[in-house]
Amino acid sequence: MQNTTGERLKNKKDSSWILDNIVTIIFIVFTVVGFIVSKDVSLNYFLNELTSRLFRNAFLVLSLIIPVLAGLGLNFGIVIGAMAGQMAIAIVRYFTIGGVSGLFLCFLIALPIAALFGYFAGLLYNKTRGQEMIASLIVGYFANGIYQFLFLYTVGAIIKVNPTHPMINPSGIGVRMTVDLFPVKDGGLKYALDNIMKIPFMWAVLIVSVFILAIIVLSNNNKKKKSKKTPMYFLNVAACTIMIFISVFSIVTNNSLMQVNKVPVVTAILIIALCIFNELIMKTKLGQDFRSVGQNQHIAAVSGINVDRTRIIATVMSTVFAAWGQIVFLQNMGTLNTYNAHTQIGMFSVASLLVGGASTSKASNRHAIIGVLLFNSMFIMSPDIGKALFGNALLGEYFRTFMVYGVIGLALGLYVWKTNKKSRITLE
Amino acid sequence: MSDNLLNIKNVSKEYYGNKVLKNINIEVKKGEIHALIGENGAGKSTLMNILFGMSVIHTTGGYEGTIEIDGKEVNIKTPHEAMLHGIGMVHQEFMLIPGFTITENIKINREITNTNIISRIFGKRYENLDFKKMDKDARKALDTLDMGIEEYSTVAGLPVGHMQFIEIAREIDKTGIKILVFDEPTAVLAEAEAQNLMKAIRKLAKSGIGIIFISHRLDEIIDVADKVTILRDGEHVVTKDIKDTSAVEIAQLMVGRKVSIDRSEATARKKSDEIILSIKDLRVAMPGENVKGISLEVKKGEILGIGGLAGQGKLGIANGIMGVYPSKGEVIFNGNKLTLNNPMLSIKSGLGFVSEDRKGIGLLLDESIELNIAFTAMQINNGFLTNYGPFKLKNSKEIRKHALEMIKELDIRCTSPTQATGRLSGGNQQKVCVARALTQNPTLLFVSEPTRGIDIGAKKLVLDELLKLNEKYGMTIIMTSSELAELRSICDKIAIICEGKVEGVLSPLAPDADFGLMMSGSRKRDVVRSDS
Repeated sequence: MQNTTGERLKNKKDSSWILDNIVTIIFIVFTVVGFIVSKDVSLNYFLNELTSRLFRNAFLVLSLIIPVLAGLGLNFGIVIGAMAGQMAIAIVRYFTIGGVSGLFLCFLIALPIAALFGYFAGLLYNKTRGQEMIASLIVGYFANGIYQFLFLYTVGAIIKVNPTHPMINPSGIGVRMTVDLFPVKDGGLKYALDNIMKIPFMWAVLIVSVFILAIIVLSNNNKKKKSKKTPMYFLNVAACTIMIFISVFSIVTNNSLMQVNKVPVVTAILIIALCIFNELIMKTKLGQDFRSVGQNQHIAAVSGINVDRTRIIATVMSTVFAAWGQIVFLQNMGTLNTYNAHTQIGMFSVASLLVGGASTSKASNRHAIIGVLLFNSMFIMSPDIGKALFGNALLGEYFRTFMVYGVIGLALGLYVWKTNKKSRITLE
Repeated sequence: MSDNLLNIKNVSKEYYGNKVLKNINIEVKKGEIHALIGENGAGKSTLMNILFGMSVIHTTGGYEGTIEIDGKEVNIKTPHEAMLHGIGMVHQEFMLIPGFTITENIKINREITNTNIISRIFGKRYENLDFKKMDKDARKALDTLDMGIEEYSTVAGLPVGHMQFIEIAREIDKTGIKILVFDEPTAVLAEAEAQNLMKAIRKLAKSGIGIIFISHRLDEIIDVADKVTILRDGEHVVTKDIKDTSAVEIAQLMVGRKVSIDRSEATARKKSDEIILSIKDLRVAMPGENVKGISLEVKKGEILGIGGLAGQGKLGIANGIMGVYPSKGEVIFNGNKLTLNNPMLSIKSGLGFVSEDRKGIGLLLDESIELNIAFTAMQINNGFLTNYGPFKLKNSKEIRKHALEMIKELDIRCTSPTQATGRLSGGNQQKVCVARALTQNPTLLFVSEPTRGIDIGAKKLVLDELLKLNEKYGMTIIMTSSELAELRSICDKIAIICEGKVEGVLSPLAPDADFGLMMSGSRKRDVVRSDS
């Protein structure tokens, strides 16, 4: 917003709260309406679905945050990270290394592959400055072509594999469409991470609520400047307290909520670790460089920051986390859908982040987690809404697609519109 | 040689066989303020690029000659190396990130960090930022400049003058800073802010920093510098002690021809008493140049000057009437009420505008000179267009003919009418802007900052051209300028704008003191009538 004389336009007061959070509000309303109109969805079913989807997707969505802060926008290119993750899984599955050790071997193998992919993607983004998002979208499609060539032809035709291996097509060339990952006890990867330790759902709610309450209260008291205790603060405290009461109540009375599926602790710890990483990295020199580059590349360059390198590091980090995220995703699914599993995750993860209230220039852990919850609520509810309103579950399915792309379009459009509105000049 | 901080010895530079610097020799001592002056294209920026190791120098074959810092020869290859050698620069356009706090801006890429476990493994970039120490350093740098502003406030929304000081604070916070380059530091500052800056520069020099001061403003150089080096066409003309020279001499040496800003009394002026433009209570929302209720009357055939300090609203008047920024009020032009906030109607009614923002709204930089000249006429008056049924095609022949006429008449120096305007020098770009406005055949022409960023030689030509238009066609001209001398050289009367209002209207022959007082707003509503 710097014009020739270096004067800055006076920003008008922040636009209304509703407008800032319109995408989030649409999704909350949609979920609530869904509960009202559909009779088949029980609270337990909903919570079962939601928790498993949260632990499946959160890691992927969190991998999008660093590029946003480094000014690269929404990295649809996490698709190539997902491919790296799938390659690692395919290798580990081929040699039937199962269990926790197999899973961590996956993480280890995926790391260099994803880092290399991320490096190339970063180089491309540096060449397509200003169009990183489109470039990331296209690089995903392009990489998909190479991926298919690799899995459909190279495996078997060039890389010698055992043609009788259950992963390989009967012809001996190419990997099968779907590859079963087997449960851990049969030497596979299914639930390798999730089943390490599980606790009842309501216990998890209790722990998380206490934890969040502690953070809110502590961070509010910690500030040097007297921060006003806003209504939002009290609302958050109240919400946490209520959740604590509900969870304690159900634990004591052992009511129906205790029937909800148990929660995978180690997966949760991994997700929280990534959240903490995202927080901590921004407090380091590198994080400050991300922010500087994200705010103004020219100034960062003049100050001696290696802008290109910083952007590449951000892309590499994002791609590696996406690879790991895809591994977490697949061990939960239990099957590797060789040619389809990765194709949608770029769109879905970006949509999730946007639903949480992020934009192309701001994103946080909070946006990612809220986004995953709301976006997947919509996913769970839409078939039932379709059935209840139109008597056809399929219409709900169409509705999903509409919502995914609609929300991306709406969020991007609103962002541009808001930026323009902020810089519009008026008399008084 | 011992007390010379910086020695530039016989430095030459070629761009593709074109010598842009020839044997430049400059010495800067500790605590010396060394002014560097020269017309645009004299080689100042090339010299500074060499000093800062900008990549543009090294990708085009490097330079000849040597640069010594503290008596040791150095070869600076990157801006980062320049920083390590203790060279700092305060940029003309601010290098500040608006969303960052002052501390973050001062410490950008020089953040103080503490090691942690991860950084021991992965390297320095993963170290934690130490905001307490950073704030302390920022505070110290700000205190050196007597800035009372809080270091944790964000830069966005600060006044321009403060931003300049934050830039300086950033440079002096660099440890071991030896040489500080100021590139046209006062270009965007109001007079009072510029005074503060001069004070700060003197203070810095006293602390032993060598200062290279690049400026177009001669009085500033006389005021602040110890020595002055004059460059002309890449050649080192002379280096003189300030006490042995004067503004007039520097100006002469710089252009190499005699310059005068003397008032040239025109003979064949056609002025009438008819009021052609009357402005009543005009308000314009132009960021940084708000107009808060101005009333003015302009007579036919007159040249009205609008002066005042930067940021007081003088630029807003023309922009408001032409519909560039939202405006409110009553403007009667040629007996008709003008519809505001509609650039098309303003142009159609016979108002021409040469904007102060040449590169922003004045020109299509990637398009040819001829198209730039014809552009507005094609859009507004359907000029230079041939109708073929429902289609309109541009008439290239007409455009070329007209462009050639204009190029000849205004003496636009270019290779051909198809040259892109972005490649022209500032003065010639300005002439293209004037040519485009003239193509409309306006009855009244607004000219804003016609000489901004133009060297002294070209300035005179632009001003003469305006005077000629007025004489030849009886065109009424309203000229807005920050340079009082240039207003006084051609205007019939000068309105001084202060805080968005007309402070008073003066005769160009009025004493300096009157102008000075009005511009600083100390003579409220004491209107001195023009007598010419």
